[in-house]
Amino acid sequence: MPKKLPGSKDIPPAGVTWKPATEYRTGDWRSKRPIRDEEKCTRCLTCWIFCPDAAISWDGQDIHFDLNYCKGCGICAEECPVNCIEMEDE
Amino acid sequence: MTQETPQWRPRLKDIANQEELFTSGQRLCAGCPAGSMARMAMHALPRPKNTIVSQATGCLEVASTIYPYTAWRVPWMHSLFENAPANASGIEAAYKARKRQGLEDDIPDLLVFSGDGSGFDIGVQAASGAIERRHNFLYIIYDNHAYQNTGIQRSGATPKYAWTTTSEVGKKEPGKLLWKKPIALVYAAHDPAYCATASVYHWRDFMKKVRKGMEVEGPAVIHVLSPCHRNWRYPEEQGMQMAKLAVETCFHPLWEYEGETRKYILSAPSRVFALKPEKKKPVEEWLELQGRFRHLFRPKRRDDLIADFQRLTDEDWAFIQKLSNMG
Repeated sequence: MPKKLPGSKDIPPAGVTWKPATEYRTGDWRSKRPIRDEEKCTRCLTCWIFCPDAAISWDGQDIHFDLNYCKGCGICAEECPVNCIEMEDE
Repeated sequence: MTQETPQWRPRLKDIANQEELFTSGQRLCAGCPAGSMARMAMHALPRPKNTIVSQATGCLEVASTIYPYTAWRVPWMHSLFENAPANASGIEAAYKARKRQGLEDDIPDLLVFSGDGSGFDIGVQAASGAIERRHNFLYIIYDNHAYQNTGIQRSGATPKYAWTTTSEVGKKEPGKLLWKKPIALVYAAHDPAYCATASVYHWRDFMKKVRKGMEVEGPAVIHVLSPCHRNWRYPEEQGMQMAKLAVETCFHPLWEYEGETRKYILSAPSRVFALKPEKKKPVEEWLELQGRFRHLFRPKRRDDLIADFQRLTDEDWAFIQKLSNMG
């Protein structure tokens, strides 16, 4: 017996999108992974502002890459002023 | 209105502690600068917890709210290509009415995002009307030069000689035959409270403009260049460099228009090229990096078309310099 699908009265009106997109992990799109040289990094946060996926976070001390969401586009590696980020094949 | 910070300067260490209002998990193409653009805009809001976003159809809308997920942490409303600014006017009018009835204390800030399909072509009428009615909102047009989310059809924003699926390259035609609309000038001619052009690479300039547009009383428009690697055909990591080169070749000069003084002012990244024209790069450097202009260089180099592109770019640039009394 298949589960009954929700009817028109069970779904939110007007196409409300209620789930946070963070439940959807875009990290599996990635074919390259950013590797940061922590010695070389000056914590200028240029990568943070340019990351289109908000996959780079700043905790007040250091930068963290969230590989659950990083799509591996390489903008951070390209824009890093000291070239401390390398893109490595997955 | 927070007028005590007229010279707001974004400092990365401060804004990096703010909550992300445009979150991860959105499904824009990898390396699409529109994601960065939306994040920058959301980080520049003067009252982030008191802002409503109205959005026209476009890549950013399609990719950020795939049912049932949403990447926005603010009240957000999607409408059609045609009517995102009309939506914003309606929201403002509703809040005004509720305030009059004593149901609300405050009218939230309104932000409208639209792509170039809506901002240049389909939604001009609604935007023009909303600006004419002097609604208090900021209209951000992010321009990626074509209708990218439906499969790269040419729009009013596509530059001359660019390849798209509806301006094919062949023996008869070398891509699109018409020049781009000077859309920011069109909106500036409406005499809004504020109007500006920006690019995603110059994030500080862009964020300052967003803050200014939100704080000013009355309509504000920002036209921001956001490259698209699917149409422009460049490696995906170079999106920011493409936006940077577009400014350095003066194809996309950065300027602002202030409604109060009715003056056009060149912004710092472009003023350099007005003061030192020898620093300006030939537009060819930008064109040859993009696959959509490949037919200008291969199999046979078309110097006539490149020269024509350069001429049109220079004419626009000279006009902006003249408007801002820099030429």
